[in-house]
Amino acid sequence: MNGSLSLRNRINTVVRDIPRSGIRDFFDIVSTMKDVISLGIGEPDFDTPWHVRESTVFALERGATHYTSNLGYLELRKALSKYVSKNFGAEYNPDNEVLVTVGVSEALDLALRALINPGDEVLYHEPCYVSYRATILFAGGKPLAVETKAENGFRLTRAMLEAKCTPKTKVLMLNFPNNPTGAIMSREDLEAIAKFAVERDLIVITDEIYAELTYDAPHTSIVSIPGLRDRTIFLHGFSKAWAMTGYRLGYACGPAELIEAMMKVHQYTMLCASSLAQKAAIEALTRPEVDVGEMVAEYRRRRNFIASAFTEMGLECHRPLGAFYAFPSVAKFKMPAKEFALKFLANEKVAVVPGTAFGDCGEGFVRCAYATNLDNIKEAMMRLRRFIGKLP
Amino acid sequence: MDEILKLLQGNALETRENIAKQLNLPVAEVAKRIAEYEKTGVIRGYQAVLNEDKLDLDTVTAVIEVKVTPQREGGFNHIAERISKFPEVRSAYLMSGAYDLLLFVEGRNLREVAAFVSERLSPLEGVLSTSTHFMLKTYKRLGVLMHQDSPDERLSVSP
Repeated sequence: MNGSLSLRNRINTVVRDIPRSGIRDFFDIVSTMKDVISLGIGEPDFDTPWHVRESTVFALERGATHYTSNLGYLELRKALSKYVSKNFGAEYNPDNEVLVTVGVSEALDLALRALINPGDEVLYHEPCYVSYRATILFAGGKPLAVETKAENGFRLTRAMLEAKCTPKTKVLMLNFPNNPTGAIMSREDLEAIAKFAVERDLIVITDEIYAELTYDAPHTSIVSIPGLRDRTIFLHGFSKAWAMTGYRLGYACGPAELIEAMMKVHQYTMLCASSLAQKAAIEALTRPEVDVGEMVAEYRRRRNFIASAFTEMGLECHRPLGAFYAFPSVAKFKMPAKEFALKFLANEKVAVVPGTAFGDCGEGFVRCAYATNLDNIKEAMMRLRRFIGKLP
Repeated sequence: MDEILKLLQGNALETRENIAKQLNLPVAEVAKRIAEYEKTGVIRGYQAVLNEDKLDLDTVTAVIEVKVTPQREGGFNHIAERISKFPEVRSAYLMSGAYDLLLFVEGRNLREVAAFVSERLSPLEGVLSTSTHFMLKTYKRLGVLMHQDSPDERLSVSP
């Protein structure tokens, strides 16, 4: 022994070899600077609706501070089942087909761990949320990234999947409305994907956390397409539409066998989601139209503003149709997206996230979140125009 | 309600151009509609929302409940409009319940408001009784919280 303990070698190789999220690196830089306008925040700027917060306090006073059923409070599961039936077009039995989780992040991890044997392949589309690839790897799966393109509105097509899918492919992951591109899928788009999933006998995991936030056309869920409900795990939560990110509350709906498998992993790792967060969620589901409707109207106005600002300054951007992200191309400035973002931050004190944080094919793009008030967006757009005006 | 009105309610200084951008409308259309609202009296004015507690104004505001006798022609309108014309009356509403009119009255001090009630309001024909409450502190006015917003608690960059 030379006395120096090499801890690095003790770390699980999968964990060791996965890089930290590019978002994290960027956050470290931004957090050293003052007075930055951030278009880099992937969570709502709205406060959680007051009646939801107030009900959390009440739940605390009433002593709802104990373990709940592993699946979550039955009252909440019943309310979720109703909400999903009404808004997403699929029926789930609250007794055994709904599982309340610690955010969609946990639900996604549970779903993959419940399904994947070592080496099973998982198809997912990039650019995508930062955790997908890592979560697949942690579960022992083999990630197969499918690149979506700006010229296609970042939608997924059957041809893209066909090019990557093999007999070893077991799972297809979807996320629409999409973070970071703001893309959505129409019913026709989804029907083609659904047909493919059935033909190849794939299990679908659909992360629909931004479902309520669409601006020109209503959201369609793949679970509403005949035949898909029985091979799909539907994931949703309260973070985005109700601005409840810190509550960490999500849920999964799916066929009983799959939910049972996920519940086992959840039971032994998490036990249950926070009781207080669950009480708050019950309250949130009492008047979704009011709470969510107002926020959606505001996001739509900001989306319109930011899209028209990009057009005015000659920045190419596919029209963002959902979530609260715009994903303009900065390729014409002939520098990597990360360099663009760093220079913009250094020169104008505005934070945008380089597209490469969301997969290699995000190169040439930056993500601008419009989950910040309009005054900030106006100022940021003014600075962006000034910044690109000085670029060669 | 027209979204233009909503935006103006939130910020009356918002430019026609910015409203147009947010609503995906031509600027001319926005300007036309606002002009129409001003002409037809839907928009009755534009005001700043002040936090008067910060101004050391030494003024007082009273909330006055008034019971009145409705008149044969015009019901409550005649007396309500008459009372509303006093410049001291900042707001006036017809109410259901134990009294008829609710007034927000401003004066330089307690005595001035008291004088208004005893010398101008109460002697009016049709006014039966009044009940005056003084306001102590304003927490929220016209939908605007008077204390400054707490700083953004969110991380500056997040996935």
